[in-house]
Amino acid sequence: MTDAAVATSAGRLRDTALGQQELAARLDRLWGTPRGILGWLTTVDHKVIGRRYIATAFFFLCIGGLSAIAMRLQLAKPESRLIDADLYNQLFTMHGSNMMFLFAVPVMEAFAVYFVPLMVGTRNIAFPRLNAFSYWVYLSGGIFLWTSFFLGEGPDVGWFAYAPLTEQQYSPTHRPDVWAQMITFTEVSALAVSVEIIVTVFKQRAPGMTLDRIPVFVWSMLVTSFLVFFAMPAIMLASTSLILDRLVGTQFFVSGTGGDVLLWQHLFWFFGHPEVYIIFLPGTGMVSMIVAAFARRPIVGYLPVVLSLIATGFLSFGLWVHHMFATGLPQMGASFFTASSMLIAVPSGIQIFCWLATLWDGKPVIRTPLLFVLGFVVIFVIGGMTGVMVASVPLDTQVHDTYFVVAHFHYVLIGGAVFPLIGAVYYWFPKICGRMMDERLGRWNFWLAFVGFNLAFFPMHILGLQGMPRRVYTYQPEMGWGGLNLTATVGALILFASFVLLLWNAVRSTRHGVAAPDNPWDAGTLEWATSSPPPPYNFARIPVVTHREPLWAERDELPVAHGLSVERREVLVSTITEARPEIRQASPEPSIWPLLTAIVVGIFFLGSIFTPWAVVWGTPPIAVALVGWFWPKGSREDET
Amino acid sequence: MATGRAFLISAVSLSLAACSGRQSSLDPQGPYAQQIANLFWAFLAVCALIWLAVCVVLSIAVIRRRAARPQPLELAPARERMMGQLVLSLGGGTGVIVIAFALISYVAQRNLWAEPNSGMTLRVVGHQWWWEVLYDDPQPARNFITANEIHIPVNTLVRVRLETRDVIHSFWVPSLAGKMDQISGHINEQLLLAARPGIYRGQCAEFCGQEHAKMAFSVVASSPEEFDAWRDGQIRAAAPPEGPERRRGRHVFESHSCLVCHTIRGTIAGGKFGPDLTHLASRRSIAAGTAPLTAGHLGGWIADPQHLKPGTQMPPGDLGGADLSALVAYLMGLQ
Repeated sequence: MTDAAVATSAGRLRDTALGQQELAARLDRLWGTPRGILGWLTTVDHKVIGRRYIATAFFFLCIGGLSAIAMRLQLAKPESRLIDADLYNQLFTMHGSNMMFLFAVPVMEAFAVYFVPLMVGTRNIAFPRLNAFSYWVYLSGGIFLWTSFFLGEGPDVGWFAYAPLTEQQYSPTHRPDVWAQMITFTEVSALAVSVEIIVTVFKQRAPGMTLDRIPVFVWSMLVTSFLVFFAMPAIMLASTSLILDRLVGTQFFVSGTGGDVLLWQHLFWFFGHPEVYIIFLPGTGMVSMIVAAFARRPIVGYLPVVLSLIATGFLSFGLWVHHMFATGLPQMGASFFTASSMLIAVPSGIQIFCWLATLWDGKPVIRTPLLFVLGFVVIFVIGGMTGVMVASVPLDTQVHDTYFVVAHFHYVLIGGAVFPLIGAVYYWFPKICGRMMDERLGRWNFWLAFVGFNLAFFPMHILGLQGMPRRVYTYQPEMGWGGLNLTATVGALILFASFVLLLWNAVRSTRHGVAAPDNPWDAGTLEWATSSPPPPYNFARIPVVTHREPLWAERDELPVAHGLSVERREVLVSTITEARPEIRQASPEPSIWPLLTAIVVGIFFLGSIFTPWAVVWGTPPIAVALVGWFWPKGSREDET
Repeated sequence: MATGRAFLISAVSLSLAACSGRQSSLDPQGPYAQQIANLFWAFLAVCALIWLAVCVVLSIAVIRRRAARPQPLELAPARERMMGQLVLSLGGGTGVIVIAFALISYVAQRNLWAEPNSGMTLRVVGHQWWWEVLYDDPQPARNFITANEIHIPVNTLVRVRLETRDVIHSFWVPSLAGKMDQISGHINEQLLLAARPGIYRGQCAEFCGQEHAKMAFSVVASSPEEFDAWRDGQIRAAAPPEGPERRRGRHVFESHSCLVCHTIRGTIAGGKFGPDLTHLASRRSIAAGTAPLTAGHLGGWIADPQHLKPGTQMPPGDLGGADLSALVAYLMGLQ
């Protein structure tokens, strides 16, 4: 056969013609990731990349946590000389930047990369090569940031990098460049993933999964992806302008030469506030899934929950000024932002009431994932309440930039996102690894985390009210902050121990855990319809969705759709609202080009810290890599 | 509800009893800080009640006994509708509460930022990492500059105009008022009003580089008479040194690099980069609240500033022992 003949016959053999076993064997060959180092570097399987993303994000959580422990040890007593000012300032900058850009956002996207295709019943994420590329870019950004730190060039200007402290005049070293360029890496990767998620959710849902049958976690990731899509360009604009200020002497953020210092803050927080919801909304999505599974009934108020997610997404763009109440903005204008910030309590409240009603009406099965969700409610409500306090201009002028705010956002981010995330780890671990995590260790993990967290962060509310500012590397004994700081340090150590226990539980369970059935929790959504762990092709036949919880509605067997090719990688593309099948679309094969592109892009970013010429010499290799990536394959891509 | 709130406030106050310090927003010493503290307690009471209610409902939901559903999807439509309505009305209730919060916050805001038409004005300029304090007067001869210690008369409204020479700093005296940033290219203002005489500590609240942690100051509130006496003293140039030791100290000051950065009115030293030292010995601390002013600390600071405050822009003194003690004696005489 000639190549042309192969091309025209591609996709002729459909899954309709095959029996279960032969189909599985053929799909396995077709979708499997090749063995060996090359297979490892070229894979485009969303599950392999998702696992990598999750593991990498947890690695960064670990070193971010260590940096926090170092700071807590320094603050445990007044005028401690354990860590000097220079290192401390690098540590808190690294901690914040790492946790926001290298852990919290990527880990949520990682879970989406792994689970959204499974939950919507498709074989791979949209734009799988972009997905591979996004991971490599993210990894390079993380390595770049931490390598700089260990070389003594860790950024020391805060994760918010306020101008003019970051300008050449006040920071002549490369530290702010490292920070700004790390942003560029993580932005590129986050934007890529958000595009993939949006397209996967809109166009690749299984037949019958109408908009009102989309699982809540998928909804939360869809909204989050739109937030990333609109918020990240603001920080990209800001960090790029900063790099230009430093590299070629533009004056964007220099007052007196036509620039403005406050402009930075507006751009930064226009991104920075939605960022909080980019982290928190996926957490609420996880909570909704876990609550439904363990309350053993569908969530009460699916529609209000989904609308709350969307409303939170919209509102999150109207709040940024509440980070700037102490900058002397006009009072009337500031008070509008008080109102909009407080309004966010309404959709958040509705979600909490829905979870409470679901638990009340169901019969909750207390397992580790649910324990973390219960802990989440208790902690997050406190964070929400202090959020209402800091939204008030007068109150904020006292607590802004104090430990009260540190307590507040750790209650929101650890309570609102990390607790659900750990719950989600326990909940979905069996699906990813095919084994159950240990329940007894899980309970220890929860209680250590819950007690440690509150011991570490509750005293900080009081410290802030007592006048302790943030970002101070030491304080004097006569301030009277020693006792509460020591308590917080003890709490932080306990919290850290709980994460060590989580790691131990996960590592042990991958080898010795009880083998997990397909649906260990008897949950209702599609990711549980396939084996644990899922085969490379996710579903041998694409499921047809008849209900919001398909596995609860179809107790015997899911109806399936036939007709996808078994000779080339194909995914089913469906309509946006009703998910009616439209076309069969080719899905890319493994490729080395995403990795090569990520490497040349990384070199470009790194070089442009040192010389504007890197922009000139860095561009041709990227162009070459992209040409290689998009070289025409000579096959028809879509068939109806 | 009222008793519940009272109980709550007393419970929390007990746990916060240790809070009253010299730099605490919970220990208000003037009407501005008092209003914000009142607002805080009101918010806290409502929020704590809501949190308790959520925890109670959550606990009951988890522990109450009932039969398990045979199948997750066996739901009663009427009950589902009822729960949906309940959730939405609770959402509405949340809306009412936050609107009430926004309103009382706005009322407090209007009071706190009302334009005063009396009182005195002074300027505070932030530097990495110390505070320059400028008292301007209609008569130029009565202008003077000091550092890190702000004196105000009690029961007098003081407008503090806030500027910066370098990066962003934030001026904050928790016992008297909230904070306000000092941003280059912008002029901000903070109102202070002390109801009682006392010394209130303040500290920079915006991260401003390496020694952000050691950028403190104090506000000394005293009776109008004492304040006037202090001001008259500050306006005067430094008295000539008495005794050979102090005269030698002055010579050391004038013949070394000190005078490049520091001013001592009445001498040839007129540097503007560092704090004005004309009446250094009248102040309570050195290096922006880093150490109390004693001859020992001052000598250590001059000999090796990086030890007390690593990163400070003050260069090491590089003086012999006799010169150093003469210089310290001279400076300690600058009352």
